[in-house]
Amino acid sequence: MNLQDFLLMRQELLLALAVITMLAAEIFWNPAKRSSKSLFAVILFSVVTAAGMIPSEEGFLFGGMYIASSLTTLMKNILNIGVLIILIQSFTWLRKPENSERVSEYFILIFSTLAGMFFMISAGHFLMFYLGLELATIPIAALAAFERYKNKSAEAGIKLILISALSSGVLLYGLSMIYGTSGTLYFYDLSRVFRAGSLQILGFIFFFAGMAFKISIVPFHLWTADVYEGAPINITSYLSVISKGAALFIFILILYSVFPVIKVSWQKTILVTSILTMTIGNLFAIRQQNLKRFLAFSSISQAGYILLGIIGANQLGMTSVVYYMIVYIFSNLGAFGVVTAISNATGKENIDDYNGLYHTNPGLSLTMTLALFSLAGIPPVAGFFGKFFLFTAAAEKGFYFLVLIAVLNTIISLYYYLLVVKAMFINKNENPIAGFKSDLPTRVALTICIAGIFATGFASIIFEYIKSISFGV
Amino acid sequence: MDILSFFIIIPLLTITGIILVKDMKKVKIVAALGMGIQLILSAVLIFLYVSERKGGNTDEMLFIKDIVWFRSLNIHYAVGADGISVAMIGLTSIVVFAGIFASWEVEFLSKEFFVSLILLATGVFGFFISIDLFTLFLFYELAVIPMYLLIGIWGSGPKEYSAMKLTLMLMGASALLLVGIIGIYMNSVPEGNLRTFNILEIKQYVIPMNAQRVFFPLTFVGFGVLGALFPFHTWSPDGHSSAPTAVSMLHAGVLMKLGGYGAFRVAIYLMPEAAKELSWLFLILTTISVIYGAFGAIVQKDLKYINAYSSVSHCGLVLFAILMMNKTAMNGAVIQMISHGLMTALFFALIGMIYGRTHTRIINEMGGLMKVIPFLSVCYVIAGLASLGLPGLSGFVAEMTIFVGAFQHPDLFHRIVTIIAITSMVITAVYILRVIAILLLGPLKNTQFESFGDAKWYEKTSAIALILPVAAIGLAPFWLSSMIGLSMQPIIDKIMSINLF
Repeated sequence: MNLQDFLLMRQELLLALAVITMLAAEIFWNPAKRSSKSLFAVILFSVVTAAGMIPSEEGFLFGGMYIASSLTTLMKNILNIGVLIILIQSFTWLRKPENSERVSEYFILIFSTLAGMFFMISAGHFLMFYLGLELATIPIAALAAFERYKNKSAEAGIKLILISALSSGVLLYGLSMIYGTSGTLYFYDLSRVFRAGSLQILGFIFFFAGMAFKISIVPFHLWTADVYEGAPINITSYLSVISKGAALFIFILILYSVFPVIKVSWQKTILVTSILTMTIGNLFAIRQQNLKRFLAFSSISQAGYILLGIIGANQLGMTSVVYYMIVYIFSNLGAFGVVTAISNATGKENIDDYNGLYHTNPGLSLTMTLALFSLAGIPPVAGFFGKFFLFTAAAEKGFYFLVLIAVLNTIISLYYYLLVVKAMFINKNENPIAGFKSDLPTRVALTICIAGIFATGFASIIFEYIKSISFGV
Repeated sequence: MDILSFFIIIPLLTITGIILVKDMKKVKIVAALGMGIQLILSAVLIFLYVSERKGGNTDEMLFIKDIVWFRSLNIHYAVGADGISVAMIGLTSIVVFAGIFASWEVEFLSKEFFVSLILLATGVFGFFISIDLFTLFLFYELAVIPMYLLIGIWGSGPKEYSAMKLTLMLMGASALLLVGIIGIYMNSVPEGNLRTFNILEIKQYVIPMNAQRVFFPLTFVGFGVLGALFPFHTWSPDGHSSAPTAVSMLHAGVLMKLGGYGAFRVAIYLMPEAAKELSWLFLILTTISVIYGAFGAIVQKDLKYINAYSSVSHCGLVLFAILMMNKTAMNGAVIQMISHGLMTALFFALIGMIYGRTHTRIINEMGGLMKVIPFLSVCYVIAGLASLGLPGLSGFVAEMTIFVGAFQHPDLFHRIVTIIAITSMVITAVYILRVIAILLLGPLKNTQFESFGDAKWYEKTSAIALILPVAAIGLAPFWLSSMIGLSMQPIIDKIMSINLF
C-alpha cells in the first residue's frame, strides 16, 4: 500500500484535517475576533466539499475494510452539500452571546460526526461500519444538548444518547449472531456464505431493528419528535437530513450487497414497516403545532416513502433513493431554513405564529411554500420527480399495493403541508410576525435550497449519472 | 421552436412579466396582453392545422416535438396535437382571455392572483398538448395546485373549507391516476423492450388484459373525479361556489374538461378491452351524475350552486358519451366539452358581474334585472338557452350528437340508460327557465337595484368573447365536427379492432 492509496479516503482525511485545524484555531485565534471564526470554518468546509467533488479512482483499503466507489463518493458529496447549507444557516444562531464562546466546539463536533458517517458509508466490514456508527452518533448527542442551559435541549441530548446506546446494543447483538454463524464480517464474504438459517435471520432482524432506530422507522420512531423539538434547530435539521440520509445510504448498501440471499424476507419486513412509517408519521404530523415537531413527523413519513425505493432491490430503486435524498436535502433544509430564520428573529416556532406571514415576509413564505410543495411532491419542484421515481421503482417489482398506499399517504401529507401554507397566505392575524430582512447567510442558504429544488427536478443529468453508478440485486 | 411549446412559454413569460411589473395597475394589462397573444396564437394554430390537413397530412398527431428528458426511464417531453387537442386549446384560450377581463376588478394582491391564474392555465395548455403520459401528469398536477390559493385567498363564503376539499379530492384523484399511469408504463411494451410513456407508441401494443382490469378503473376514476363522476363530484359545487369569478370560469369551463379529455385519450384509447368490459358500471354512475346534477340544480337557491350542479350534469354527459364508445357519441362528447366550457364560463362570468352589483347570489332576493342591466341579462338568457339545448346554439349540436350516438347501441341496457339520460334535457329546461323567470323577468324586487350601471367595456369584452363561439358552433357545427371526427378515427379504429378477436 503506498501513499497514493490514501487518496481514496481523501474525504475522511480532509475532515480529520479540518477538525485538527479547528482545534488549533481555537488555541491561536484572537478572542476579540471570535465572530470571524465561523466564517473561517465555513470556508474550510467549502474547500473540503470542493475537494470531494474532484473525480478519483475506485478501490479499497485495509484489505477490504474500506471501500471507495463512485457511488460512495457521490453519497458523501451529497451529505457534504447538505452540511454546508446547515453550516451557513447556523451563522446567526452562533452569533448569539451564549453560543459564541463555543463556536469551534460546534464545528469540531459536526465535522467528526460527519467523518463517522463517511466511514460508515465506505465500510466493507461490519466492524468498520460499527466504528463509523459510533463516531457519528456520540457527537450528535453532544450537539443535541448544545444549549445545555435549556432543559429541553439537555433532555434531547440524554434521550438521544440512551436511544443510540440501546440501538447500537441491539445492532451489535445481531452482528454477533451473524458472525457466530458465518465466521466472517467482511461484506463480500458474507454475501457468499450467508444462508437463510434461522439464527442468521434472527441476527438480521436485530441488525434491521438497530438501523430502524437510526432512520426512525415506525415502530422505532418514538424518540424522534422529542429530540427534534428539544435540540437546537440547526441540529434538528442535521438529524433529520444528514443523519437520516447517511443511515439510509448505508442501509440500502448493506441490504443490496450483503443480504441479497434473504431478499424476500427483508422485502416483507420493509413492506410492513414502510406502510406503518408513512401512515403513522403522517397522521401524527396533522396534530402538531410546533413546527419542529411537525417537521419531525413529516421526516418520519418521508423515510417511509424512501423505503419504497429500497424494497424493489432493483437498480432503479437505488437510483431513486439517492436521487430522492438530494431532493429531500434541499427541500427539508429549505423548510428548516425558514423556521430557523424566523426562530432567530422572533423566537416563534408555532404554526399559528405564521398566520399572515405572507403579508409581512413574502420571500420567506414563498420559500417555505416551495419547500413544502416539494416535500409533498407537487410539480414543478423536484419532490414530484423524486416521488415519481420512487413509486416507479416499487411498481417495477410489482408492489402496486404499496404504491397505492404511498400515494394516498401523499394526500394526507398534502393536507398538513397545506395547513402551513394556509396559515401563511390565508389566515388573518391581528399582530403577525413583523417584517424583517434576513441576514446574508440565511439568504444565501435559502437561495441554494430553492435553486436546488428547481434544478434537481429538471436537470435529468443528475438522475442519469446516479443511475449509471448504482446497482441492484 | 415548434408552435405547440409556445403555448407553455407564453404563459410563463406573462407570469415573469407580471412579477416584474412595478405598477399594480399595469398587472392586468400585462396579463390581458399575454393571454391576448395566446388567443391569437391558438387561432393561428387552428389555421395551420386545417391547412395541414387540407394538404393531405394524415398523421395522427401534427406538430410533434419530442425531446428526450430522462433517458433511462424513456421519459420524453413530447407534444403533439390532433383536431381534438387543437379544439381544446382554442377553448382554453378563449376562456382564459375572458377570465382575465372578468377579473378586471380584483384589487387585493392582484399580482399574485394573475400569477396563480395564468399558472393554472399553463397547466391546462400543457395537459392538452402532451402526448407523453409523464408530462401529461405533471401538467395535470400543475393545474390543480394553484386552485388552492386562488379559492383560499380570493374566494368567498366557506372558502377555506371548499379550497381544502377541492384540492384534496382532486389530488386524491391524481393519486389514483399516478398508479394507473405507472401501471400503463410497466405494461406498455412486450416484456424485455424499453418501456415508454408515449401514447402513440403504447397504443400500438395491446396491454395484457389482467393489467387492464386493474389500471383502467384507476385511470378512469382518476380522470373521472375531475369530470365530476358520481359519487366523487362533491368537490365541484362547494369549490365552484366559493371560487372567485375567473377561477369558477376556468375551473368549470376548462379544468373539468381535463377529466373528459384524459378519460378517452388515456383510459379508453390505451385500454379499450377493459373499458368495454367495465363500461356498464361507469355508465350507471355517469347516468346518475347526469340526472342527479340536474335535479340538484333545481332545488338550489344560490346562482353559483345552480351552475355548479348543472356542470355536474353536463360533464357527466361527457363521460356518458365517451363510455358509449362509438364515433358519433364520442364526437358529441368533444363538442359537448367545448360547448359546455364556453357557456358555463359565460354563466360564471355573468354571475360574477351580477354579484358585483347586487352583492347577493340568492335568486329569490333578486328580480326584474332585465330592466336595469339589459346587456348582462340578455347574455344570461343566451347562456341559458345554450345550456338547455336550443337549436342554433352550441348546446343543441352537442347533446343531439351524443344522444343519437348513444341510441345506436341496439341492446336494452344502453337504450335504457340513454333514455334516462335524455330526460335530463327536460330537467335542465326547468331549472334554467326558473332562474331566468325569477331573476330577470317580473317586477324589480329591490329599489336599490335601479342605480345599477350596465356592463362596462371589460365586462362586455369578456361576455362577447364567449358568446361568439357559442353561436358560431351552433350555426355552423360541421367544420368543428369534421375536425374532431377525423381525429377521433384512430381511437375508434382501436376500439373496433378489439371486436376482431
